Amino acid sequence: MNFSNFLIMRHEILLLAITLLLLVGEIFIPKNKKESLVHLAIFLFGIHTAVGFLQLDESTLFGGSFRTNNLINFFKNILNVGVLIILLQSADWLQEKIVNQNRGTEFFILLFSSLLGMYFMISSGDFLMFYIGLELSTLPVAALAAFEVSKRISSESGIKLILSAALASGVSLFGISLLYATSGSIFFEAIIEVITANNLTILGFILFFSGLSFKISLVPFHFWTADVYEGAPISVASYLSVISKGAAVFILMILMFTIFKPLMHVWENMVYVIALATMFIGNLFALRQQNMKRFLAFSSIAQAGFILLGLISGTQLGVATIVYFVLIYIFSNLAAFGVVQAISLKTGKENMNDYNGLYRTNPNLSLVMLLALFSLAGIPPVAGFFGKFFLFTAAASKGYYLLVFLAVVNVTISLYYYLLVIRAMFIRKNENPIPFFKNKIYMRLGLIITVIGILVLGLYSPLYDYIYELSSVLN
Amino acid sequence: MNFTYIILIPLIPLAVFFLLGIFNQKIKPAVSGYIGVAGLLTSGILSFYTAYQYFFVHGKVAGVYQTFVQKTTWMNFTDTLAIDMGVLVDPISVMMLIVVSIISLMVHIYSRGYMKGDEGYTKFFAYLGLFSFSIFGLVLATNLFQIYIFWELVGVSSYLLIGYYYTKPSAVSAAKKAFIVTRFADLGFLIGILIIGYYTGTYDFETLNNPEGSAILNWAATSFMGLSALTWALILIFIGGAGKSAMFPLHIWLPDAMEGPTPVSALIHAATMVVAGVYLVARLFPMYYFIEDGFALNIVAYVGAFSSLFAAIIAITQTDIKRVLAFSTMSQLGYMMLALGVSGYEGHDGLGYMASMFHLFTHAMFKALLFLGAGSVIHAVHSNYLKDMGGLRKYMPITNVTFLIAALSIAGFPLTAGFFSKDEILVAAFEHNKLIYGVGVLVAGLTAFYMFRIYFGIFWGKNTQYKHTPHESPLSMTIPLIILAFLSLFSGFIPFSELVTADRIGFEAHLNYPLAAIAVTVGLIGIGLAWVFYKKENDLSDKFANVFGPFYKWAYHKFYFDEIYMFVTKKILFNGIAGNIAKFDKKIVDGTMEGIGNKTVVVSEKIKGMQSGKVQDYAFAFIAGVVVLAMVFIYLWTN
Repeated sequence: MNFSNFLIMRHEILLLAITLLLLVGEIFIPKNKKESLVHLAIFLFGIHTAVGFLQLDESTLFGGSFRTNNLINFFKNILNVGVLIILLQSADWLQEKIVNQNRGTEFFILLFSSLLGMYFMISSGDFLMFYIGLELSTLPVAALAAFEVSKRISSESGIKLILSAALASGVSLFGISLLYATSGSIFFEAIIEVITANNLTILGFILFFSGLSFKISLVPFHFWTADVYEGAPISVASYLSVISKGAAVFILMILMFTIFKPLMHVWENMVYVIALATMFIGNLFALRQQNMKRFLAFSSIAQAGFILLGLISGTQLGVATIVYFVLIYIFSNLAAFGVVQAISLKTGKENMNDYNGLYRTNPNLSLVMLLALFSLAGIPPVAGFFGKFFLFTAAASKGYYLLVFLAVVNVTISLYYYLLVIRAMFIRKNENPIPFFKNKIYMRLGLIITVIGILVLGLYSPLYDYIYELSSVLN
Repeated sequence: MNFTYIILIPLIPLAVFFLLGIFNQKIKPAVSGYIGVAGLLTSGILSFYTAYQYFFVHGKVAGVYQTFVQKTTWMNFTDTLAIDMGVLVDPISVMMLIVVSIISLMVHIYSRGYMKGDEGYTKFFAYLGLFSFSIFGLVLATNLFQIYIFWELVGVSSYLLIGYYYTKPSAVSAAKKAFIVTRFADLGFLIGILIIGYYTGTYDFETLNNPEGSAILNWAATSFMGLSALTWALILIFIGGAGKSAMFPLHIWLPDAMEGPTPVSALIHAATMVVAGVYLVARLFPMYYFIEDGFALNIVAYVGAFSSLFAAIIAITQTDIKRVLAFSTMSQLGYMMLALGVSGYEGHDGLGYMASMFHLFTHAMFKALLFLGAGSVIHAVHSNYLKDMGGLRKYMPITNVTFLIAALSIAGFPLTAGFFSKDEILVAAFEHNKLIYGVGVLVAGLTAFYMFRIYFGIFWGKNTQYKHTPHESPLSMTIPLIILAFLSLFSGFIPFSELVTADRIGFEAHLNYPLAAIAVTVGLIGIGLAWVFYKKENDLSDKFANVFGPFYKWAYHKFYFDEIYMFVTKKILFNGIAGNIAKFDKKIVDGTMEGIGNKTVVVSEKIKGMQSGKVQDYAFAFIAGVVVLAMVFIYLWTN
């Protein structure tokens, strides 16, 4: 075995090294200088993100347990960019609230461990690696959700997440064991050869699918979402809503387009039903929310429903549109969460009513929020429009016209509640609005990157072409 | 052959626009004027360099001027149909680069004097930058969609500039009118584009215009209401062009557009934007010519000829000098259109095409000069009306002489620029269509008459007593006048027939002496009549107006076209049709939508209990979901 082969695990090795380095730093850096670790962590992760864009070879390791190719590498880069934005947006919160409790490094270590788990999950070549990755990605997040130990609601959020996640993992594992029972292997390559649509396999698939649906918050596996988002620190909620969801979408897509392809005639109906349920339930609940975090939680559930429209097409076009959509969704949702976080940190206010008249006092933040919500709602010419439009094209190209029509109805409903926030910010008057404040440099950077993403991604078509090209590996 | 740097020509004015637009408040007015002029000067130098490179170094291969295209795909519709962005270099685009950069630069310089002290000085130059960017982009477009995008951008900047004095209600309504009328015409343009995309599978000018290409060879493949689909497309595209170029009956916005600052009128509504329609037809000329034996091209010819005559008659009666010039512009645009309309394709047969482009060029020079001269006069006497002017030659010698040169040029006085281009147009018309030739000669006479009517009215005529003694304009305004006067005199000697032709092969054009003699005689008669009527104050003109009575009144009121449009839009469209549609919309469409909206809220209220907050309930739902999925998809829905 050539050690240079390990370089295809560059993402994993580098992230692990950073995590360990921070751990060492935690031990040796004196208490009053812990703040510098925040800068260090962000700096190192920035480098890690940049290095990720270097070309990687397509290869497998550990007898096929670990594999990588350009598409998988691209997934990891998307996740990296998302995490980097989250780190930038949470730096102020960490410095003001967490570092003085001497727990700043803990946050990074947990977050990076979870991200490491996602890398392994996406790169997995068999169900064992997949499962280890899944667990590694979930458990630290539960700890993160309960991170603000002084708040009861945060602890509640952590416990709800860990209980639900345990249930989901258990179901998933049961499904995996059934698949092993019918196919006699846990290696994806081997399963592809023998899989057929018998009842036990389908049952195994449904159980497996349910477990992953939990991470993507598909209806009816979504109940934890709003409660956990509401209680968890905002950085963690945004991590759950974009990174965790994105990673799960990627691996689900990989598996459904490869080993479960022979079951497509079963799962396309299932995805159809779940897509509709998810869009409608997510939107109907989002309508009523007053708390911005709960609001974004249900909005993110509805967005997951749209993603399924790309999945159902089962084509290269579907893959490309999903990846493109997730990429745009990450930028849009992080912009929205970033604004909520900035306001929450300065004023502690998280309700929609508190946003009344925000435009008068904080025009820049309001405009970022406006862009983010336009993108989430899919209003041209911001990126979100193209993301949704392409997803609909993918579903329509397979003849799912009714589904696309109902999705458009859902876009209309979602437009209503996104506009509620915009109305609050721009039109509603307020006796004592949120006073003007200036964000620190990290937060500003975090928001600027998202804004650039929202504005540029929709118009820079070579990117979509590039994704489309990468997507060919799944066909 | 690398023409990549050409992209800088539009991008520099765009950069100026952003710079001045964003730092509007922070830049001193004087500085912003210099920034605008410097930007345009750079673009202008690049344009001239391009022209030199194209016409004299790289452009000609084996006697034929080539088309150079550099583009990148912007958006894919299907495997074949894509929207590209890029630059296209061929004789007419290079010629337009020259026209636009000269006029725009002159107007920039002139505006530094004319707009001095205006509150929105910086904003004005920002808008000029936006306009220059758009028109450069339009000229360089490689395909129909790109030209459409810039077409609309030009419309927007025109809207902004007409409505520049936004505190004046008349300016605001003029801006709206221009925008709405041209937008309405652009609807035709867009439909035409889509038809072409649908039937030919491409938007690229190069592919579409290829005489041996499938678009032209297969035009007869589909027919619709007696004509081929592509002919319909070309007619619709011409409607778009007619809107921008103020052809009858879409001309009504142009006179009102004179509410904008005068330099804007010179730049946009005389020399550059309004010729976009002519340019569009010229751009698609092979399609117009070959498809269905030039059916659409005949429409172009007759619309052009009619507009030309119609506008010339109205111009005689107007008393606002800018409006006279506006109708004169419309009339000359009609001239260019009719020249295209009577043109053939190959060799000397394509004289009309070349003459049209030639006239576009010379007209840009002398008409911009006329407008800038008028601006100089208005600047001095603070009025647009002939009655407030007279005897100004004593006070404004430079303006007087330059205006006279421009007037001679547009009247076709021998050896001025207008003489040559107009002669070519008349020759082309004479060879192809005698009726149109007759109209052309008549218009030539009318043009000479109304132009000298205002010339004598402004600079000679009665000795008006002025409250403030008028004085010559500052150097920043007179220098552009002098440069343009020079061009109006001598640009006729440019050998256009060697450079810009329909089939890209140069030919020798000679003066046709008999026809030239006729045109000159008619022009001189026009000038002579104006001399008799207006050189000295007398009541001859009023007597004539009385003799023509009702006809004069008609023409003075522009044949009541505004009133007709008002009647159609207000009475029929708004009250008759739109009112009922609005009721339907309110009661039935809105009613349904509100019903759905209310139901959504009700449902949302009803299901809120599902989210109980108890994790055991969530686990139950999870397991129940798994079980239901398993039951449904294993036992009930197995195909």
